[in-house]
Amino acid sequence: MRPEPDTAGECPRSEPVLTVRNLTVELPTGMERRYAVKDVSFDLPRGRVLCVIGESGSGKSVTANTIMGLLPNVIRVTSGEIRFQGDDLLKLDKDSLRGLRGRAISMIFQDPLSALNPLMTVGDQIAEAMAAHGAGTRQSRTERALELLEEVGLPDPALMLHQYPFRLSGGQRQRVMIAMALALEPDILIADEPTTALDVTTQAQILELILDIQKRKGMSVMFITHDFGVVAEIADQVIVMEKGVIVEQAPANEIFTAPKHEYTKRLIAAVPELIEAGQPDRSISAGQDDTVISVENLNKTYTSGSGWLGRKRVVSAVADASFTLKRGQTLGLVGESGSGKTSLGRLLIKLLESDSGRIVYRGTDIAPMSEREFRPLRPKIQMIFQDPFASLNPRSTIGHIITVGPIAQGMKRSEARTKAFRILQQVGLDAGAYGRYPHEFSGGQRQRVGIARALMFDPEVLVADEAVSALDVSIQAQILQLLDEIQRETQVSMVFITHDLRIASQICDHVLVMQSGKIVEAGPPSRIFHHPRHDYTRQLVAAIPGTGRAARPA
Amino acid sequence: MARYLLKRLGQSIVLLIIVSMIGFFMLHLTPGGPLSQYALTPGMTQETIDRIAEQMGLNRPLPVQYLDWVWRLVQGDWGESYRDNQPVLSVIGRHLFATLLLMGSSTAISIGIGTWIGIRGATHRYSAFDYVATVGAMVALSIPTFWFGLVGIYIFSLELGWLPAGNMYEIGNGSFLDYLHHLIMPSVVLALVNIAIWSRYMRTATLDVINQDFVKTARAKGVSERRVLMKHVVGNALLPMITLAGMQLPNLLSGALVTETVFTWPGMGRLFLDSLGYNDYPVVMGLLMFSAILVLLGNLIADLISAAIDPRIRLS
Repeated sequence: MRPEPDTAGECPRSEPVLTVRNLTVELPTGMERRYAVKDVSFDLPRGRVLCVIGESGSGKSVTANTIMGLLPNVIRVTSGEIRFQGDDLLKLDKDSLRGLRGRAISMIFQDPLSALNPLMTVGDQIAEAMAAHGAGTRQSRTERALELLEEVGLPDPALMLHQYPFRLSGGQRQRVMIAMALALEPDILIADEPTTALDVTTQAQILELILDIQKRKGMSVMFITHDFGVVAEIADQVIVMEKGVIVEQAPANEIFTAPKHEYTKRLIAAVPELIEAGQPDRSISAGQDDTVISVENLNKTYTSGSGWLGRKRVVSAVADASFTLKRGQTLGLVGESGSGKTSLGRLLIKLLESDSGRIVYRGTDIAPMSEREFRPLRPKIQMIFQDPFASLNPRSTIGHIITVGPIAQGMKRSEARTKAFRILQQVGLDAGAYGRYPHEFSGGQRQRVGIARALMFDPEVLVADEAVSALDVSIQAQILQLLDEIQRETQVSMVFITHDLRIASQICDHVLVMQSGKIVEAGPPSRIFHHPRHDYTRQLVAAIPGTGRAARPA
Repeated sequence: MARYLLKRLGQSIVLLIIVSMIGFFMLHLTPGGPLSQYALTPGMTQETIDRIAEQMGLNRPLPVQYLDWVWRLVQGDWGESYRDNQPVLSVIGRHLFATLLLMGSSTAISIGIGTWIGIRGATHRYSAFDYVATVGAMVALSIPTFWFGLVGIYIFSLELGWLPAGNMYEIGNGSFLDYLHHLIMPSVVLALVNIAIWSRYMRTATLDVINQDFVKTARAKGVSERRVLMKHVVGNALLPMITLAGMQLPNLLSGALVTETVFTWPGMGRLFLDSLGYNDYPVVMGLLMFSAILVLLGNLIADLISAAIDPRIRLS
């Protein structure tokens, strides 16, 4: 929760900086609904942070793009008005709108990796924001760019000025985006999920930066997010959107203490929270020494650059990892991007070859096995992938996708079919799904198909790599519950790879925290997250958005 | 950088050796050969032919002939034409200018018009212009170059009489305008197919870029539509085109061969066909090696330009 909560969110003492009235935006025909947003009205209070929260398809980004005049041509505004500085933005001609963009209203986007032109230096891109509005001279623009880079906390601004984007990390690029947006001191900053693509610690820093600048400049911020944790960190005023309609708007305090609409309540309930300190950890019902896999001193390094006439660069992805996985246990692998958690998961299912160390599965070391030797064991260790859209072949039916593996392993067709129907039911899909294609299903349903595919093999181990990160929170909760049910029924062991500590704390029996390829801390979640011993774990836990709010008495 | 160039040089030499071997053996395995024309001379006996073969070194085993040819080539001796005993390099040199002139002007036309059509097709997707361009490209790609050449000659030379039907200049004239007058038809005909190729690639590349986030960022900054298109969209869309230009060189060379024949253009393409007809092996091999070097060089230059423009590419 941000400071000065008592003034925040109350009736604004001054006029709102921007008002939206009865805004309706039509979708092209043939889409699943007629309107992207319908009859939306709200005020953006001056000098405050307004959070717009909703799941994918709720119309929050369309609203922001309408204000900016950046809607694609096929999407039409059918009615409403957007009042800003006495004008109706919807009635302004293209040139006047262009004159406002980047000068009076600025915007930053979700994916900092693709939001900067790869062929222009950082300095040129910031200067361009000023040049587009004829501000200053070449000399003064460069000076201002330098000032801005300093202001957003980038290291060595003078050098940064001449740097190309590909040399910068995601967090640094988002800082550049913010510098660019601030160049002409706009009245309004629209931030469309600016921290969603970032690691938690980076997210915390960027949120802090936005808040700090907002306060110093008295800027009004419209912040779009799907994460109630983020809302808790920064919002003064909150709008909840569902399927193109505003279902609730209220000051931040009230949203959390007394949500009125059912959807808001569901969203808040679905946000994973760290388990409470006193709460007992999930316990394993099976025998204590029923070890399925034990990993001993596992190593993997990546070498880049060819050996012949090129310089070698060696990066350690997994260094000296040791742990055991028991029957029915869920082991969490947490860490930021580049920490080696995904590499470790891939080593376990031998999608990657390890350099040294042992992976003992049921008494045999599978690490040195060749692909041929390992194939009979492969059904026993299965994977659930992150992106339910990319991991299913769009040209195969669901039935084909989930039976092709077992049939290749020698199962009879009729048997595979019968089993497929049973498993589809088990993951909460009806039998009709068997003959349909992936594009007919939503993200959550596709992830169920992914789980069904893995279960067809009666695996002993499931490796789930960010299996719920691409899903909306309410769907996330359902999939996690499904995985839990399956585990209780089948006693399958799970390796759950995630960057979301809140989820890890809820579903894991044991957590390994990874940093730069090393396991820096291991233990039960209640201990790891409430009494972290390693510095890095402490940083991760501190960065979890919404922790301040969660700790408050409700 | 120096290391990169060295590596590329090594790869090129290996490639050149393979090209030369395939070319040399294929050529000598074809029936006929340089001696076949003597066989038709009245009063020619087998003995005389054998003696000529020995003089020319054609009676030795093929690998020996090949190694001999390579050894001379390495020393800078490209051999002499069987036809007129001129050094191969000077024969090629005399035809080089005509080919470079034709290829250069045709490339300028095709890149200029092709990229323009591609960009406009992408920014006005599914418009009448886009459909016409798409259909036009398919037509240009499906019809062989020589047909365009013949139709061009029929319409513009025979019927209308606007443009000359062949040659590079009038004998006795040879002014700049005269060259230009002769150049128009062959370079446009050769460009047609390349305009089609370039416009299709450029359209795809532009569409790839136009929906990227950084283009939206530029709009959000208030940058004018014109600058968004020219600086942010086209700048990035042209990158893959540079590599494409390098890869298009062999196509351009083979297109030039056909065009030069149709328009009796005195370039390397026509020289190649003529030399094949006369079984003039040293010139044919010389041209083969020369074009291979040209293509390799073109690709190297394309890579170097890409690296100079795109900061993400580091040659190592």
